[in-house]
Amino acid sequence: MSALRFDDVTIRLGGRDILRGASFVVEDAEFIGMLGANGAGKTTLMRAALGLTPVAAGVISVLDQPVTRGNSSIGYMPQNRGGVAGLRLTGYDVVASAAVGARFGFARLDKATRREIDWALDHVDARELARRSIGELSGGERQRLLLSQALLGRPRLLLLDEPLISLDPAYQKGVVDIARRLRDELRIAILFSAHELNPLVNAIDRVLYLGAGAAVIGAVDEVVTGPVLSRLYGAEIEVVRVRDRFFVMAGDVEVERDAHRHEGHDHAHAHDPGGAHV
Amino acid sequence: MFEYDFMRTAFAASGVAAILAGTVGFFLVLRGQTFAGHALSHVGFTGATGAALFGLSPLAGLVSFTFVSGIAMGLFGEKLAERDVAIGMMLSLALGLGLLFLHFYTSAATQATALLFGNVLGVDDHALLSLVLMAVASLAALAFIARPLIFASLQAELAEARGVPLRLVSAAFLAIVAIATAECAQIVGVLLVFTLMVGPAAAAQNFSRRLKGGVALAAGLALAEAWGGLTLAFYSDWPTSFWITALSGLVYFASLAARRLTR
Repeated sequence: MSALRFDDVTIRLGGRDILRGASFVVEDAEFIGMLGANGAGKTTLMRAALGLTPVAAGVISVLDQPVTRGNSSIGYMPQNRGGVAGLRLTGYDVVASAAVGARFGFARLDKATRREIDWALDHVDARELARRSIGELSGGERQRLLLSQALLGRPRLLLLDEPLISLDPAYQKGVVDIARRLRDELRIAILFSAHELNPLVNAIDRVLYLGAGAAVIGAVDEVVTGPVLSRLYGAEIEVVRVRDRFFVMAGDVEVERDAHRHEGHDHAHAHDPGGAHV
Repeated sequence: MFEYDFMRTAFAASGVAAILAGTVGFFLVLRGQTFAGHALSHVGFTGATGAALFGLSPLAGLVSFTFVSGIAMGLFGEKLAERDVAIGMMLSLALGLGLLFLHFYTSAATQATALLFGNVLGVDDHALLSLVLMAVASLAALAFIARPLIFASLQAELAEARGVPLRLVSAAFLAIVAIATAECAQIVGVLLVFTLMVGPAAAAQNFSRRLKGGVALAAGLALAEAWGGLTLAFYSDWPTSFWITALSGLVYFASLAARRLTR
């Protein structure tokens, strides 16, 4: 059984083809890093798998089933998480609101639900964090807490949209380690989008690279190469590898790094000046 | 003061409206839609003056206008309900129309003051019954949508992915807000709806870190402020609405100080 399958999928948004006849398969219990320039369609691809963005052509299947909205076998962590940062509520109440949030008719927070919440919190080591006010947590702590929500309902596929964004390098490693542990302990497939390959490179099984309407999946060595990326970026790309760090260069400019300086994100990036970026 | 019929009615009416306003206000503050609530009350002013002009009950005009506008605002989507310029324009347009209706409805001076600043002592038994029925229906509806509403308020994108119908929830909530607004307007007037709906709720969110505790506290504070205001008005002979705004302001600024201190 495959966790996620795209079969000749075309997605069109605002008259532009985000994906054009893209096909790839994410196997069960596989940890996939999803990369690509901004606007390449990483978020759109996740939203399509969730049934929130319609496909123009082709078929997407999740665990061999057609896409449905509100699919409980998918755990999702959206990129836009800014709203909760200013709250004074405890982390527990926020996670609990997600656990019963899809039910009308004032669902009670019964024992089984509370056990489920504790189980999810324990898997990301957030049981203690959940007692504190969510506004008082650091970025990395808050990320862990929000990640626990994706586990509610025991999904078979996790879609994590840019969980590393605006995190310090030390916290980035923590989040990647947790994702890898979830894959190992729960045998869960993970699609993890990021704009840098290097924090992920030692943890992921394969990489899914998006660009120019295409999606290429494979081992890092096969995909992150000059010829493949040149095609995806539509520009001459050179990949420089230093031990297990990758630098994607267009001429003498580091591609992703430059792209992120111009994007319209509303949060600060923790870019260390001498650090590695893909 | 309880030997007077009108005082007993006033206590009952303001109590019912305060509990509804405090509870609904908690969610309004949580969603960051307080301005939408404010605008709804002004729309209510148009409805009430318009109804009076045509010889209908101002309360019915108030309720039906806010209700329809609340649903419309919700259906236009989250985006519009949060867009302050659009709401601000709607608000002044509504007040302007209300003014025009007052202009044609000549015997209006006291009526206008009552609408704008409230007249809790003028609530009769018939109006009290309507207030109770509307409050019970609103609270029941709120309880029914509470879980999806909280989820959508805190994390809209995740809620959408989990299958929560965001637009429906938003429209249903603003319809409930509309009823709460109309009730508040009976007590403190359309211009001061903020004081009962937003003040206690915002204070409760500064005092409490929990959801359920916060909702209960918001309702409790609103009730205390409304009854406190009535009592002070009875003994001082100053307007009830003034005392309620004074208490609401006091509690809110105290909550800000408390939040600073407990960090």
